[in-house]
Amino acid sequence: MAPSIEARQLTKRFGSFVALDHLDLAVEGAVCVGFLGPNGAGKTTTLKMFTDLIFPTEGEAFINGISVQRDRKRALASCGDLIETPEIYPSLSPNEALEMSGALRGMRPEEIRDRTRVVLDEVKMTEWADKKVGKFSKGMKQRINIAASLLSDPDVVILDEPSTGLDPRGMAEVRDIIRGLKKERRLIFMSSHILSEVVDVCDRVALLNHGKLLFSDTLANVALRFDGGVRSVEAEFARPVDDPVVSGQIASLPGVSGWSRVDASRITLSLKADGDSRAELLERLAALKLGLVSFRESRSALEEVYLREISTGEGG
Amino acid sequence: MSAPTATMPAAPTAGDGTLGVVPGTFQQAMILSRYQLRDYLRSRRFVLMMSIVAVVGGLLTGLIAYFRPAGVIGSATDMYGTLWGTSASGLILFAGIIFGGDAIAGEFQNKTGYFLMGLPIRRATVYAGKYTAAVAAAVVSTAVYLAIIVGNAVYYLGPGAFSDGSALLESFGLAVLYLLALVGFVFLFSSLFKTSLYAVLVVAVLFLFGFSIIQDLVVGLIHIEPWFLLSYVANTSNSVINYPFVGVPAHVSHSPLLGTTYAPGYAEAIEIMVGYLFATALGGLALFEREEFS
Ligand SMILES: Nc1ncnc2c1ncn2[C@@H]1O[C@H](COP(=O)(O)OP(=O)(O)OP(=O)(O)O)[C@@H](O)[C@H]1O
Ligand SMILES: [Mg+2]
Repeated sequence: MAPSIEARQLTKRFGSFVALDHLDLAVEGAVCVGFLGPNGAGKTTTLKMFTDLIFPTEGEAFINGISVQRDRKRALASCGDLIETPEIYPSLSPNEALEMSGALRGMRPEEIRDRTRVVLDEVKMTEWADKKVGKFSKGMKQRINIAASLLSDPDVVILDEPSTGLDPRGMAEVRDIIRGLKKERRLIFMSSHILSEVVDVCDRVALLNHGKLLFSDTLANVALRFDGGVRSVEAEFARPVDDPVVSGQIASLPGVSGWSRVDASRITLSLKADGDSRAELLERLAALKLGLVSFRESRSALEEVYLREISTGEGG
Repeated sequence: MSAPTATMPAAPTAGDGTLGVVPGTFQQAMILSRYQLRDYLRSRRFVLMMSIVAVVGGLLTGLIAYFRPAGVIGSATDMYGTLWGTSASGLILFAGIIFGGDAIAGEFQNKTGYFLMGLPIRRATVYAGKYTAAVAAAVVSTAVYLAIIVGNAVYYLGPGAFSDGSALLESFGLAVLYLLALVGFVFLFSSLFKTSLYAVLVVAVLFLFGFSIIQDLVVGLIHIEPWFLLSYVANTSNSVINYPFVGVPAHVSHSPLLGTTYAPGYAEAIEIMVGYLFATALGGLALFEREEFS
């Protein structure tokens, strides 16, 4: 059976405040879904209802067709999850915490041993396997939490900002882990603020704002949705470029509709919407001999769509 | 433009790869309690509890060695009746609060619940597993305390320390029953608050002052038996844990000094404790089932 998750009219109110508003979302198969939205959009609220940490005011959440609200034990049996940054009993070591987790999931002792080795290695915590978790840093704890969520080799993985608190190398490692997970048969549902991470590992995105789903689509369609093509580019020069130079020589180039400064030697150029003028612009910029060293899209298509959809929702 | 509902066509998968078949409720509760107990035994509060046991036990041992009161060391019954029977309930109260106070509240306050509740386990199982572990840790502390007293008895009485072994066992059994009811009560308050300190404070204040005030009022003003108070069975003067050594006192007694006082009968005391055990378990669980991690 293909892994699946589904939210049916999932709603959460805190008093009169609607944190999640009748969410309908169904995903099936081996896909990685990036769950996006600004702070307070309702992402964690949604994921908490999928893992039965909080209870819906209306509606239901299903994992592999089993209602989380009606039978949490069966629904979560094939699900690994990581919501916020959980704490592990401080006196336990990663080995013991994973052993408890595995035993409660009904894994055999040798399975637990083997998988513990694999997942701790994946999160690069092998050398800490027998130290007490209580003394770990936030990022180290998060690595153990990620390991715990993968221990049983689950079908469905639900992650709430998995790379929170990790160092840059840790974030890259998490990205690799998720990419590795995807190769197999798993469904990954992951909230994130790091759009580059989402572009990197996800196949689909769902965008939430003020508790409402704005869209849910494949990344490929998101790029199409962004009909205007690349809207802005960032140009970097080997030496500082003065405002008069930019407004005099660069802003007047064909295809450029405006500019803003990033720092002394970097500027962002807004492009006119009619057609893709990037190649011509690059050649002309280089011809100015201002010491151009880099020229790239300043935002990904996902970023553009994200910002546009969010501001539309805002009524802007 | 935006499609609120989206369904992906099923991709081919390699079958259900999730490892393990989730064990039954009882088995899960036992597994959880094993790790919980391990956590307790390594915790600072276990060290605290053991220090209290050691200090109280050491003090008793020292005082008896120094004064050698004939009324105490004369017989096994006297020894257990004075040393254990009157002090055990206080010690149990302490152990119950120390091990049970933050058992549920702590899961919310310390965010350990996010680790545990993401697992395929029922909330009732978590409650039962944590309860079992707290009871076990408290029983261990109580047993160590009793062992110190039995050690004293053996020192002064030799084999005579076990002349009435069945009374000793019976008293320990009553102590454990009191402990079960008390930890259940503490768990109820631990489920009521998301902050451990409140749970601990409320239970401590209730048992140290609240219940005795209520008891005095109920008995003094309306002259009824305070059977609905758990502390009724643990009043130091007629602690039920002491019944096997001193016998069951009169149900109602009148004295010019104290006025009317009540003491629970043996069966009644057991009923009260079992009643508390079930009522608080149901109440605490009902609260925990509805509590959100937010
Ligand atoms: N227990 C609660 N009581 C009241 N309001 C709450 C509660 N929990 C969450 N909310 C509100 O619900 C909204 C959604 O919160 P949620 O944590 O789901 O956002 P999020 O999308 O995860 O944001 P972030 O990106 O900052 O993590 C927020 O406005 C938050 O204030
Ligand atoms: Mg969040």
